Amino acid sequence: MHEVGIASEILRVGQIEAARRPGARLIAVSVRIGVLAGVDSDALRFAWEVLSQPTEGVAPRLDIEVVPRRNRCEVCSMEFFSDMLGEDCPACSSRNSRLLGGDELQLASVEVEE
Amino acid sequence: MTTVVPVEKKVLHENQRIAGELRKRFEEQHVLCLNLISAPGSGKTTLLEKTLNCFQKNEKVALLTGDLQTENDARRLAVYGFPVQQIVTGSVCHLDGKMIERALEKWELAALDLLLIENVGNLVCPSSYDLGEAAKIVLLSVTEGEDKPLKYPSIFVKSDVMVITKIDLLPYVSLNLERMKANARQVHPGIEIIELSCKTGDGLDVWLAWLERRRDSVRERLLCARS
Ligand SMILES: Nc1nc2c(ncn2[C@@H]2O[C@H](COP(=O)(O)OP(=O)(O)O)[C@@H](O)[C@H]2O)c(=O)[nH]1
Ligand SMILES: [Mg+2]
Ligand SMILES: [Zn+2]
Repeated sequence: MHEVGIASEILRVGQIEAARRPGARLIAVSVRIGVLAGVDSDALRFAWEVLSQPTEGVAPRLDIEVVPRRNRCEVCSMEFFSDMLGEDCPACSSRNSRLLGGDELQLASVEVEE
Repeated sequence: MTTVVPVEKKVLHENQRIAGELRKRFEEQHVLCLNLISAPGSGKTTLLEKTLNCFQKNEKVALLTGDLQTENDARRLAVYGFPVQQIVTGSVCHLDGKMIERALEKWELAALDLLLIENVGNLVCPSSYDLGEAAKIVLLSVTEGEDKPLKYPSIFVKSDVMVITKIDLLPYVSLNLERMKANARQVHPGIEIIELSCKTGDGLDVWLAWLERRRDSVRERLLCARS
């Protein structure tokens, strides 16, 4: 259960980014989470609800976009998405592919009210 | 008025930054750093004990071992005479870059060529935290079931090697070993697989040979740097 640590890091970075714009209030933070990031979205949302409660006003929203696994075939170089466990290449059926993405844990943007 | 401000930063960019600095230091000092990860009880400490037992006394190896509580593992490993530090994480379910950085303040990196890190027993969280290691190694014992690579794919995707431990217990469990290996290869086609038993010693030579190969590639870089 490291989602609490991840949620507090998202909040911390989100607040720093919002503070770059004087007087702005943090409304939402958008993150992209790869299916292989080892982070559970529900646990993260739950941790966020607990951590993001401000002493006054409304808590900022957490928007999560789940990113699929992206692969490149080592045989024919075809790039393709698959479920988290990986799949054979749709073009040449090779089993042999390299991971291109799907393990990211990325803070995409913050939404602020000015 | 609300505005969306693009950020595009890794959530764990602070850990990533520290891990990047550690990796650079390991490379500059020609230290091979390996990060051993498994569920609690898969045999990380035992494998490290067997490994240290095979080393000459003048080997420049040091160990960091992480646990939520107790110094037990550090005590077990200290018997072999190499420098060991326990990292007690309290409630944190993984090691992070900062913990490694802090532990290394006590050692002269230049005096080492191998740093073995035993992560906190957990198949999920350690996979998110880069420690600057050259490779992650995932251990899975034969009593844990063949489906674990499918249930915890992140760590199997990120590990260079899967070490299947406790193969002496195969006669007592209804594990489909071939299926376990196929599952690991499904999520990570290029993963290397080593099967061993620390009890009988079967397969330890394969593990030690793998380790030696990785150390050789670091030594070669050192020779190139000097010449
Ligand atoms: N039968 C058998 N038991 C083992 C083997 N390796 C470790 N064990 C036992 O498994 C238990 C957990 O091992 P330990 O190294 O502490 O696991 P860790 O939590 O991953 O560090 C201990 O009781 C070990 O004696 C093995 O190869 N065969
Ligand atoms: Mg241990
Ligand atoms: Zn292909």
